[in-house]
Amino acid sequence: MDDVDDVDDTTTTLRFATAGSVDDGKSTLVGRLLHDSKSVLADQLEAVEAASARRGRDAPDLALLTDGLRAEREQGITIDVAYRYFATARRRFILADTPGHVQYTRNMVTGASTADLAVVLVDARNGVIEQTRRHAAVAALLRVPHVVLAVNKMDLVDYRESVFAEIAEEFTAYACALGIPEITAIPVSALAGDNVVEPSAHMDWYGGPTVLEHLETVPVGDALTAPARFPVQYVIRPQTSEHRDYRGYAGQIASGVLRVGEAVTVFPSGRTSVIEAIDALRPGLGPLTAVDTAWAPQSVTLRLRDEVDVSRGDLIAPAAAAPATTQDVTATVCHVADRPLKPGQRVLLKHTTRTVKAIVREIPSRLALDDLSQHPDPGKLSANDIGRVVLRTGEPLALDAYADSRATGSFLLIDPSDGTTLTAGMAGEAFTETERTV
Amino acid sequence: MESEAVHIFREVAGEFEKPVILFSGGKDSIVMLHLALKAFAPAPVPFALLHVDTGHNFPEVLAYRDRAVARHGLRLHVASVQEYIDAGILQERPDGTRNPLQTLPLTEAIQRLGFDAVFGGGRRDEEKARAKERVFSLRDEFSQWDPRRQGPELWQLYNGRHAPGEHVRVFPLSNWTELDVWQYIAREGIELPEIYFAHEREVFWRGGMWLTAGEWGGPKDTEPVERRLIRYRTVGDMSCTGAVDSDSADLDAVIAEIAVSRLTERGATRADDKLSEAAMEDRKREGYF
Repeated sequence: MDDVDDVDDTTTTLRFATAGSVDDGKSTLVGRLLHDSKSVLADQLEAVEAASARRGRDAPDLALLTDGLRAEREQGITIDVAYRYFATARRRFILADTPGHVQYTRNMVTGASTADLAVVLVDARNGVIEQTRRHAAVAALLRVPHVVLAVNKMDLVDYRESVFAEIAEEFTAYACALGIPEITAIPVSALAGDNVVEPSAHMDWYGGPTVLEHLETVPVGDALTAPARFPVQYVIRPQTSEHRDYRGYAGQIASGVLRVGEAVTVFPSGRTSVIEAIDALRPGLGPLTAVDTAWAPQSVTLRLRDEVDVSRGDLIAPAAAAPATTQDVTATVCHVADRPLKPGQRVLLKHTTRTVKAIVREIPSRLALDDLSQHPDPGKLSANDIGRVVLRTGEPLALDAYADSRATGSFLLIDPSDGTTLTAGMAGEAFTETERTV
Repeated sequence: MESEAVHIFREVAGEFEKPVILFSGGKDSIVMLHLALKAFAPAPVPFALLHVDTGHNFPEVLAYRDRAVARHGLRLHVASVQEYIDAGILQERPDGTRNPLQTLPLTEAIQRLGFDAVFGGGRRDEEKARAKERVFSLRDEFSQWDPRRQGPELWQLYNGRHAPGEHVRVFPLSNWTELDVWQYIAREGIELPEIYFAHEREVFWRGGMWLTAGEWGGPKDTEPVERRLIRYRTVGDMSCTGAVDSDSADLDAVIAEIAVSRLTERGATRADDKLSEAAMEDRKREGYF
């Protein structure tokens, strides 16, 4: 592939999320990662030192680096997702630092929705606890491709291999049952700096990578093998003397590869045409450059051979690998709003660039994250609940299963009265394997 | 990163009635404008620009702004802090800084002109309160930001719905760092105002940084003026934007300088963020960008 859009080279950026219970040392791990990879600048460290001294602490509290809001610093807890940025010579990182409290499940869902990898922390003294199982379940539900189990506070269990091995084995068995494809367990001490950035001198028995090494080398970006999906965002029609007949469909390729000359179908109308040209983003502001091929996640503009009716909200897909359309949607959802979701409720459903009316037909079950059991007919879903939902939409949707595509299998439910985001949805069956095995 | 920012611009064009780009003439807003030009090519950018003019701008930056507007056939709205002071609505602060005074002219211009989406160049790496802000950030009818009432932002499904009178602040550069911005400027060959590059200038020392002398109240008798080789890392109101000692005269030199810098751009050059631990959060709650 040529060098179109080299700033977008996804193999050089890793998006990851952290999850841990309240006292597992997550903030210390994040602080250690930022500090030891030299991503904390002098004035930030000075501000943290000054604030720590004002609070009467002996040592700089690295959690103050990530707790950005007044209320968080006052309470000493993290109440919202914060995004951190750092880079090494090998890769740049976008870290969604998510709070661990059970009542903030929606925040972990937010962080995990765009993550290539999740770091789940456990305290070596406590091992796998309920909260660990919840974090693993959310990572599995959101289809995060890679999970790292960081067994923290190894210094407090004398760096014993048996402690680590037992926890790693229990977690791996559980995570495999959930369908998580790749799990890496690493023994660390965030406080002492063992195996976070620098290899530990205390655990000769461990031959694997440090947390940072693993983050630098884990492969990302498997969206190219999926069938191509192109949600139309905006129709570009300059209608100037220079570009009188230009009519381009602008959007970001959600998955797969698009080629000039390929036969495509436009959804939901079902009309067909052929890709005439692809205009890609090229360095500089010169005239548009046509390319033969484009792939996810590039933002491009397509032109079609025939004058078919295409507008925002339509989806263009190869005729040979087209999605099914449906008005009956079954999904697993995480309810994110404070007001509950109930059967019979009228909502808006936002899927890719398309927003349609929908009604909640049924809420067949609510998932207990503790033991992954399904509770039938809960009557409603409250904030942070995860459950199954059956919806009927006012117009057909070209919806993939979330298992096949995170981009075209996900949707939001929105309150039509004031625009509040109510629910995060993942279309299709989920946890079916789990329901059998647990 | 470029594709993600372009995606955000196109989402706003598709979902909102009357968006506007906040344009200060600084590097982040210049990069935003460049991305908007690419997102809609070969059609023109379907948004106007809004400049909050503090009355204490660098002349080079105003000249750059006017050239950009003319070259790309854009429409420019100006919200003037000086007019608010002249009318007696706002009062000059004793320290002479006008940065906090921008909030009222900005929010009133948004209401008066009926903008429903306002693009800002804010990046989450700039400041710890900004690290908490969404790409689409809902503001109430008073333009206030409530960090505890932010909806979660999931996948790339940005929810732009809002009630009448409310608007959405949109930050397409949320996931960029200062170094990303500079590397992109170099790759794209984007022109910047000259004050970003090393030049000799009359400056004086106040509050731990070099400030340019001007009509806004500096220097005092006790603050001697020196001629130094400096450049600016950020561009804002002259009264609170500091320069750094630098001999970086071109893009390659600036990128090398940023890559090894041990100070954040705001820590090095913004007086207003040093006022308190939550200065940015407090201003954002009031409606600041």
